[in-house]
Amino acid sequence: MPPPANPASVRVVTLNIDGKDYSARADETIIEVCRENKIPIPSLCYLDGLSIWSGCRLCLVEMAGQSRLFAACSTQVAEGMTVSTNTERLQRYRRTIVELLFAERSHVCSVCVSNGHCELQFMAQKCGVDHVRVPYRQARNQVDSSHEAFRLDHNRCILCTRCVRVCDEIEGAHTWDVMGRGSDCHVITDLARPWGESDTCTGCGKCVQVCPTGALVKQGTSAGEMVKDKHFLPILARRRHAQ
Amino acid sequence: MSRTVTIEPVTRIEGHARITLQLGDQGEVQDARFHLTQFRGFEKFCEGRPYREMPALTARTCGICPVSHVLASNKACDYLLSVTIPPTAEKLRRIINLAQITQSHALSFFHLSSPDLLLGWDSDPATRNIFGVMRQDPALARDGIRLRQIGQTIIETLGGKKIHPTWVVPGGVSEALTPEKREAMLKMLPEGLEIAKRTYAFFKTLVPKFKDEATNFGTQDTMFLSLVSPEGNLEHYDGFLRIKDAQGHIVEDMVPTWEYERLVGEAVEDFSYMKFPYYKPIGYPQGIYRVGPLARLNNANSCGTPYADVALAEFHMLQESGPIASSFHYHYARLVEIIYALEMMERLLKDPDILDTRVRARARSNRDEGIGVSEAPRGTLMHHYKIDDDGLVTWVNLIIATGHNNLAMNAAIRQVADAYVDGNNLQEGMLNRVEAVIRCYDPCLSCASHAFGEMPLLIELKDAKGRVVDRLSRG
Repeated sequence: MPPPANPASVRVVTLNIDGKDYSARADETIIEVCRENKIPIPSLCYLDGLSIWSGCRLCLVEMAGQSRLFAACSTQVAEGMTVSTNTERLQRYRRTIVELLFAERSHVCSVCVSNGHCELQFMAQKCGVDHVRVPYRQARNQVDSSHEAFRLDHNRCILCTRCVRVCDEIEGAHTWDVMGRGSDCHVITDLARPWGESDTCTGCGKCVQVCPTGALVKQGTSAGEMVKDKHFLPILARRRHAQ
Repeated sequence: MSRTVTIEPVTRIEGHARITLQLGDQGEVQDARFHLTQFRGFEKFCEGRPYREMPALTARTCGICPVSHVLASNKACDYLLSVTIPPTAEKLRRIINLAQITQSHALSFFHLSSPDLLLGWDSDPATRNIFGVMRQDPALARDGIRLRQIGQTIIETLGGKKIHPTWVVPGGVSEALTPEKREAMLKMLPEGLEIAKRTYAFFKTLVPKFKDEATNFGTQDTMFLSLVSPEGNLEHYDGFLRIKDAQGHIVEDMVPTWEYERLVGEAVEDFSYMKFPYYKPIGYPQGIYRVGPLARLNNANSCGTPYADVALAEFHMLQESGPIASSFHYHYARLVEIIYALEMMERLLKDPDILDTRVRARARSNRDEGIGVSEAPRGTLMHHYKIDDDGLVTWVNLIIATGHNNLAMNAAIRQVADAYVDGNNLQEGMLNRVEAVIRCYDPCLSCASHAFGEMPLLIELKDAKGRVVDRLSRG
């Protein structure tokens, strides 16, 4: 999220999204304009209040005159831009991306603590994922239950890095990081120490609240009980930037 | 020439199984075995998961009796937490368990077994099913469907959904009961009780017609294992373990459930994926015992509800003395339990504390081992977990109700096959009786597999070299 700008110093541009013209500030991204105008664009790593990661690739859009696709979260609007957010090609790609996320780790919704409150689950429903067409990796990932208040289940992590960013940018603790490459990539606390032994973790729980799936949850929750609340984030982000 | 008769799959049971009959040179039965043919592996893949996920995970063993697994699992988790759950939560858990027993028993009696009882063992297999019952006696079929619906609706009202509800949680239940929900449930119960009484009265008239089956359907001497209340009465949720022998002597009494390993051992045979639990002090395979409605009624001093106690007295009159031995009377016991469940649910719902909002005890794990035992529709269900310091499961043992009956079911098949199967003149009705004795136990093999599509029945006669000499198929 950009810091609040002086309105007089920012240009206003006009762009076309899905056949309709919209006005926007020149420093805004496509996804921000879409969210302001209630144009649905899926995303899992983007979160209002955090820096841009562009990792999940679900917000890809088509642009007139360009053959490649653009991530709506990291592409700034421009005068005369013509954007398509929901073409048949994009729908196909998005469904495939969600399927690959399911195949990569072990997301078993029915027994998950976040069942019914999970962004990945909603995304699968929205993208029409009624089955996964690629073989599951069936890798057995660790569960870190060493923290007194929270639990990390790598089986349900989609590597969106929201936890890494919120801890660094909002809480200022930088407990979380990403380690490894490719299929070995996973989030870690401190220098890959158990979460319960982390010196930097303040136990604030922001990472748990922003996690889109059941990867980060409160201890003591049973199936379907983990309801997350992200409303604090934009407010807190604005206050942090105002300091 | 010795031959093998295979009944595969066994129909109108929950899950997949196969029966083989080994015939001797004269066509006489030499051996009979009940095979569970699917492997699930719950005890293995639950390792490493947080213990709080165990109720939802283990409930997936079954779509028919998930509530039973949820309860046994949550009781094991309560034990890990070392908490006594609030009294209202316990009553609410009891209600959902009784609703489960009502719907499951209704399914067993009306949908699965009534076609045999009503249409006869030798009737056309194409119509010997619930649709055949609908044609022959639409009122009875309607009653069965409605009774099951009442049980399922109560589960849904309390648990949020009919199958795999997540409302029961370690430490109690997640939400208190509202007055509206209580009224909705109380409204349904009188109709359910009327249906249960009507069916019970009807079944009593049928029993004399099946004298032959009652004599030959698994009447072997076995012990009986079940939970009983501290007063020795019928119990489905908590209480203590009791074992009676075939003569009715109490062998073990008021055994705390966490001492189950002192009583129950588990053997493994290479012909089935189902384990063979046995009574440890006697050993394997002599330590044969039965669980389920028949065992519960045999073990209970009384039911504690008016109409069920009358029915229990009539149940004891089925035999001159001692515990009722015939597995055919599982059907009878199931109907008595439906009456009990409906009466008891009404009593619990009218309890002045049932709307209390204190329904959940909160704690972290305070033990590294938890044992939960409850009575599932088919018998005593045991969940046993070990966890590490972080609350992750390191070891699981599940003793499914149907498993306890494994030795008894094998013995019963042998007895029925001896009585009815003539290998030289194989008839559909003979083999259906062999299947039907299994249905008496209402085995929940879904706990080990999932049914899919239409289940054909295939019986093959093979010679000693495995060549098919005769074949009977349906479906």
